[in-house]
Amino acid sequence: MHDFGNAFLTALEMIVRLDADLVEIVGLSLAVNLSAVAISAVIGFPLGAALALFRFPGRTFATVLVNALMGLPPVVVGLVVYIMLSRAGPFGVFNLLFTPGAMIVAQVILITPIIASLTRQSVEDLWIEYEEHLRSIGAGRRFTVMTLLWDARFSLTTALLAGFGRAAAEVGAVMIVGGNIDHVTRVMTTAIALEVSKGDLALALGLGLILLVLSLGVNAAVYLVRGRARYRAAA
Amino acid sequence: MADGSREPATILPLELRGVGFEAGGIPLIKDLTCTLERGPITAVIGPNGAGKSLFLRLCHGLIQPTSGTVHWGGAPDNPVNRQAMVFQRPVMLRRSVVANIEHVLAARKIPRSERAPRIEEVLERTGLARFATQSARTLSFGEQQKLAIARAWVLKPDVLFLDEPTASLDPAATHWIEELVLSIHDGGTRIVMTTHDLGQARRLAREILFMFRGRLLEHSEAEPFFDKPRNDLAEAYIAGEPLWWRHGETGTLKRQKPKFRNPTR
Repeated sequence: MHDFGNAFLTALEMIVRLDADLVEIVGLSLAVNLSAVAISAVIGFPLGAALALFRFPGRTFATVLVNALMGLPPVVVGLVVYIMLSRAGPFGVFNLLFTPGAMIVAQVILITPIIASLTRQSVEDLWIEYEEHLRSIGAGRRFTVMTLLWDARFSLTTALLAGFGRAAAEVGAVMIVGGNIDHVTRVMTTAIALEVSKGDLALALGLGLILLVLSLGVNAAVYLVRGRARYRAAA
Repeated sequence: MADGSREPATILPLELRGVGFEAGGIPLIKDLTCTLERGPITAVIGPNGAGKSLFLRLCHGLIQPTSGTVHWGGAPDNPVNRQAMVFQRPVMLRRSVVANIEHVLAARKIPRSERAPRIEEVLERTGLARFATQSARTLSFGEQQKLAIARAWVLKPDVLFLDEPTASLDPAATHWIEELVLSIHDGGTRIVMTTHDLGQARRLAREILFMFRGRLLEHSEAEPFFDKPRNDLAEAYIAGEPLWWRHGETGTLKRQKPKFRNPTR
């Protein structure tokens, strides 16, 4: 308990004086996580809407598949992305392995099914309410998708938060494809794992605290913004 | 709203020939034939389950008949773009009043430069201007119904279908909506509406379609219909008799009328 107290104080001290290593790791983590969430949203929103609205052969299978992919094991994704991006792999020419880019790719694969699946459910629910009106005004497919995504925006923030949560907590995939290289691909989760293995509990605890605060902060900010916007739109 | 921008051609007449509609093997509309020309307001009346709302949806093209044809005689292209419909329970998008109206204009690809004056005009004429920036979902039910009508009106449709536009409204709101309907009609839009309010049908309509169990039993002018309907079921309906105890699709086979016990005696 005494060690824990010391580690906690040291961690707080590092946070207060904005330790350079700490800031770098936090910055890279945020960059990787937010990039992955943004890319996943660009893919997952229309994919989820398409699954909700359009009838095509294999739609049920695609829906079940996307739902199942929400539970993808990160280490398996990391391994597959590693093979794909390795020099001998099909995408080896891009030289992405052991770069933040590879970590974003792995996280996008993990997050997109979550965002797509939650989007599908939200859009499907809204479609039941809006269908006759949208068909009555002659809305085209693209216009319908844009309308439903916009009007489901408050529900979709939950999908984004779920995606961010998965990205922020993820360690297996980014460890494999990023390599946890100091000043290059070291993010909070991989750094925590490394520092714990080295016995440097202070840095590990500091990073852990920041991870918790960031996660809480992002969720609180989204909740407040969504609450205000929802109040104004009475949705 | 009846300005010079309206295209000279109209998509009317609307011709339904032997139209039938089934759902789950159950016939809901049966062999319906009628023609709606340009001109008066038409009220579709009949008891619950008569198929009035289905009739509007078939005309509007929201559902396709399982037999027969629905044909817009004057439609050169897609007739959906020349008509509009207001539903009994209006769908309010999760946006402001103005954004709700602009949304339908955007759906019909009306140029942005034309949208603002059209929105402004329709807001003034429906009395919704003071709610322009308010969220549509915070309006009262009556105001929401006005907004639904405004959204349809702003499209300057040739034909406007109204599905029980004053259901659940208080007398003042009902009066307001009726004035609005007459105003739209005076602007040159053909109105076809369903209603359970026979007083409203008398006040607004010059043409009546009486439906019962999916069949069109009478199609006539309003005045003779209310004075002396040709169909005995229509007569019973106007007199306020319950029709559910009638047998058969045309209600002509009568069982013994059930005896009601007055609970106050």
